[in-house]
Amino acid sequence: MQELLPSDVSFLKIGAYPIDEAWLGEFIQKHEKILVIEELAPVVEEIVRQVAGCVPVFGKKNGYAPYEGELCPQMVAGIMIKAGFLPAATGTVPEPVQNLPLRPPILCAGCHHRAAFYAIKKVFKDAIYPSDIGCYTLGIQLGVVDTTICMGASITVGSGIAHSGDPHDVVCTIGDSTFLHTGIQGLINAVYNGANMTVVILDNRITAMTGHQPNPNTGVTATGVATPPVSLDALCRASGVNFVETIDPYDLTGMLRVLEDAKKRDGVKVIIAKQMCVIMARRCGVKRVHYMVDTEICTGCGTCVRFGCPAIELVEEKARINDLCSGCAVCVQLCPVGAIVREGKR
Amino acid sequence: MTRSYDVMIVGIGGQGTILASNILGEACLIEGRHIKGAETHGMAQRGGSVESQIRIDGEFGPLIEPGHAELLISFDLLEALRYSHYLKEGGKMVVNHHLVIPTSVFTQKIPAPNEDDIIAQLKKFNLCLIDADQIAIEAGSPLAQNVVILGAASHALPLKPESLREAVKKLVPQKTVEINMKAFDLGREFGGTC
Repeated sequence: MQELLPSDVSFLKIGAYPIDEAWLGEFIQKHEKILVIEELAPVVEEIVRQVAGCVPVFGKKNGYAPYEGELCPQMVAGIMIKAGFLPAATGTVPEPVQNLPLRPPILCAGCHHRAAFYAIKKVFKDAIYPSDIGCYTLGIQLGVVDTTICMGASITVGSGIAHSGDPHDVVCTIGDSTFLHTGIQGLINAVYNGANMTVVILDNRITAMTGHQPNPNTGVTATGVATPPVSLDALCRASGVNFVETIDPYDLTGMLRVLEDAKKRDGVKVIIAKQMCVIMARRCGVKRVHYMVDTEICTGCGTCVRFGCPAIELVEEKARINDLCSGCAVCVQLCPVGAIVREGKR
Repeated sequence: MTRSYDVMIVGIGGQGTILASNILGEACLIEGRHIKGAETHGMAQRGGSVESQIRIDGEFGPLIEPGHAELLISFDLLEALRYSHYLKEGGKMVVNHHLVIPTSVFTQKIPAPNEDDIIAQLKKFNLCLIDADQIAIEAGSPLAQNVVILGAASHALPLKPESLREAVKKLVPQKTVEINMKAFDLGREFGGTC
């Protein structure tokens, strides 16, 4: 911002909220016009407009700055030009190379969330999938995350939709840590008010997204002292849920069966998909055998590749498992011809 | 203050871009230089495209405008191409000769990018291609690739090699200091030839 500023434009940085209105007003009255540059909602802009009097204000509210997205130097320059605070640009800004394959962040190879999402999509093909904030938000790429609002909102949004009269099934996903943070309140409300929905608690025993901090489900405190973990099962039953099943999502058959069972029932159903985060498992010394594709059996059908695991590639029309494999063996259960085998075996 | 020296470090989440940018930062602190940086980090970037923007001796914020970076360090061929518009004309590019095909190519059936095509497109820059995997293995561990690449790029950086070596020593895990020092030196040696 300051880098772009011409010498006849002054600059005021607002670093704290609430803003001293008298101080702000005094600054504004010394100037001909004001441009407010801020990300997200026009919080500062509203205060500026309140105290600006007759001084014209440029910002989001009159279309000079966008409401959405992150700002960068080029965008700020564009806003300043549009509002007449900078002369129009001369010369061209280099454009990125077009049409490169995207590389969005993805769930780890062997992440159990991927297996759980796969099973959910398989059983509830055309459902509404409210979700929450955690690594599993990346399930959006698998088409099994429809909403992410704030921590705990998957269950509350889900129960709202379930009561709305929409005929679709509602399957919400929420992590163990988020569930204990603000998910349980929504669950109590959903059960008490008789929502029809399935809640899958993606229980990886840790707060993985933010760097593996322990939570009350982990069994150790923040200082590493062992402590009894909360029982998610008991918590859900105490909230009035009759159908609570805990299942290892690496067991695809079991996971599919439990989901099908839940689909047939009314009320709030809770499935706890429990498996340790793959990164934690590696740190704890869990060693699993890696898998490989028998290229003589592989038909190149692409079922395993569409699963979206970064350890599975398609090379010359055949699947190949690379060294990212963490040995979860879910792809073994997916392969329709049994071409995926343990490494070192034929 | 004079214009800042702007560096982009790009790659795939998990390849060690953040450690590399921290090493640059630490080296600047050792020399008492002004540095600002911004990076993509956290789970949100695991396996995804990541970028670190670093401005040495700058007066302003950490974000670099396209067409302004003096140096682009990339741990992957495709990522080098993706961020190449940040380099200024005649800027230096130090790129790992390695291509990870994005999973999106397989799940969405997009044509896979080809190494030779990418290299041909990168040739319009002042390109230094380095087989960091090979050199890192020679140094003792394939995990030291980021430090190898940093060593190769050190010729272009406005920092003393001693400060960078000191920073590597400070920031890598204690038991890997020796391997990483060797990785830096071998990388720097290679960087001198291209």
